[in-house]
Amino acid sequence: MTSAESSLPRRADEGGRHGRHRRGGRRRGEQLMVPKAEFQSYYGRPVIKPPSWEARDIAGYFFLGGLAGGGSVLAAGAHLTGRASTAKAMKVSSLAAVSLSAAALVHDLGVPSRFYNMLRVAKPTSPMSVGSWLLAAYGPAAGAAAATAVTGRLPRTGALATGAAALLGPALASYTAVLAADTAVPAWHGVHRELPYLFVASATAASAGMALAVGPTRENAPARWAAGLAAVADVAVSQAAERRLGMVAQTWREGRAGTLLKTAKALTVGGAVTAAVLGRRSRIAAVAAGAALLAGSACTRFGVFAAGTASAEDPKYTVVPQRERLEAAKAKAETAATAAETEKG
Amino acid sequence: MTDVTDGTGPAGPPSTLASGGRGVPDGMDPHSGRERVGFFTDTSVCIGCKACEVACKEWNAIPEDGMSLTGMSYDNTGALGASTWRHVAFVEQTRPAPEGRTELPLLGGRSGAGTASGGGEPQGAGVPGGATAQETVEGGSGGDIRWLMSSDVCKHCTHAACLDVCPTGALFRTEFGTVVVQEDVCNGCGYCVPACPYGVIEQRPDDGRAFKCTMCYDRLGAGQEPACAKACPTESIQFGPLDELRARAALRVDQLHEAGVTEARLYGEDPEDGVGGDGAFFLLLDEPEVYGLPPDPVVTTRDLPAMWKHAGVAALSLLGACGAAFVAAAVTGNTGRGRG
Repeated sequence: MTSAESSLPRRADEGGRHGRHRRGGRRRGEQLMVPKAEFQSYYGRPVIKPPSWEARDIAGYFFLGGLAGGGSVLAAGAHLTGRASTAKAMKVSSLAAVSLSAAALVHDLGVPSRFYNMLRVAKPTSPMSVGSWLLAAYGPAAGAAAATAVTGRLPRTGALATGAAALLGPALASYTAVLAADTAVPAWHGVHRELPYLFVASATAASAGMALAVGPTRENAPARWAAGLAAVADVAVSQAAERRLGMVAQTWREGRAGTLLKTAKALTVGGAVTAAVLGRRSRIAAVAAGAALLAGSACTRFGVFAAGTASAEDPKYTVVPQRERLEAAKAKAETAATAAETEKG
Repeated sequence: MTDVTDGTGPAGPPSTLASGGRGVPDGMDPHSGRERVGFFTDTSVCIGCKACEVACKEWNAIPEDGMSLTGMSYDNTGALGASTWRHVAFVEQTRPAPEGRTELPLLGGRSGAGTASGGGEPQGAGVPGGATAQETVEGGSGGDIRWLMSSDVCKHCTHAACLDVCPTGALFRTEFGTVVVQEDVCNGCGYCVPACPYGVIEQRPDDGRAFKCTMCYDRLGAGQEPACAKACPTESIQFGPLDELRARAALRVDQLHEAGVTEARLYGEDPEDGVGGDGAFFLLLDEPEVYGLPPDPVVTTRDLPAMWKHAGVAALSLLGACGAAFVAAAVTGNTGRGRG
């Protein structure tokens, strides 16, 4: 009994790190704390399991997939408008990015030798299945586009492949947001509406950055415009996402995720501004701006990934929003019942 | 305590399993036409013996996954995971003494605590709060200790997120309405792990593949009940056709309410909840989060149509924005040719 008693406050203490227990009775010692969100938990243990994915592999994949997909669109635009060296460089960059991303995906599997099981079924309910098929279609297109651009052979096939990659690329860049959002991870699922827009903004920033870094300055006007649009969208969508998340937005603002996401904003906006002001005149400035945009995009993906992990590891972010949802539903039902009664009476 | 189950008999292999469940239109598995089976875990009669944990490990030949002391009451198992398919939670609570009752301090504060816990505060890994412990022992004369025990398990959701998101088809719905991983198909992508709103399924580190409760699929096939239910000495874990279990659970809650246990409530039995109801549901004596369960779990694939729509619009806006960038470049006079 006493052993039970002595271990009792531990639970309170565990909970107290995140917030106070709702159950009344023991109020002592509470006055010192700023009351945070009240919630109960089982010894402060997480309710859901955080993703077992390696940040390097999966956040890296989000970044590389965006770079490849967005790059294919810019490559096609450059191809169409006669910006030949940018087009060729972007096609090669997209092929490299998609190859690396596929390698990262296989590396992250628990049983890498069974990677081909990804194409065993086609399941629209599984964003990862959809993504596997997308990669299977996009990869060869990006490969053909790059190969024909480098060798200069089969120009018609090359144009076709460039077009196909440009149509599949945006899907590759945006579906990864659904992949993350279709989980119980509060910091991801909570923004399932906003995340696709953030991911395509980030993909556009990365590919514009790559175009600025590898293309000659006389060809980089579209990349500068794209970088500007991406930076504006990135900032706007991030703000919308944090508003939507409510108390879970802490995971986007604090800790490792907060640092990464703040760095991402600074790099993306700084890169876009540098590109706009100096990118036309100075090759060095264009390369620096491109590198900043690429790094900014990577920071966004790693930041969102870290926020997801943080939100899964603390039961607060699972319990409090769900509890609020239940209370809101209850209040709504009660209001409806009262209204019905008043009507009757 | 278990008299309410007397009418239906102890949870044994339901005869309907063998007969294919004909004539029971409700609760049928829509694909196989067999009756959907499940667990009803009545935590009000759980004594925390962990026979379910042991029976599960034994029957399913689950490897050992750590023998450390957690400092969380009698729970040294920790949580459900790849190698823990039944987990008994132990929750210790103080409650105000009932009206008109005064309690005398039993032991002399801190010395008593030390003796009872085997010569020292059981300060296990990551357990803070010796000071707070003393505080309560000294001042804790007005309360009663309540010990809640509950055997947790995979919920075998009606709308299972793990199954929805599995890209290989390794996770599937069985003819019994349960959710099972095919170990020879799973490639360890890990997507089911964060998808589960209950934090049940997990990858085994040295193996890479995902594992979870199968509701003893092999035993069900042979007309047997799962090992945990078979081993449970108090019928806290009841196995049977889901409809029957739901009816039995409703009776049990009424019975407890009549007996003055007003905090008794069912968890996961409602087919209208965020996961369409659990195949394994519970009778709890406190809020779900106290036991480490999510208060309002949802299957996130519910929002998948909206997500795909937004992803589609986002993809088109990427295409549009890049197109606009080229147009803007052309309008501002930069064609990419000539000027250097």
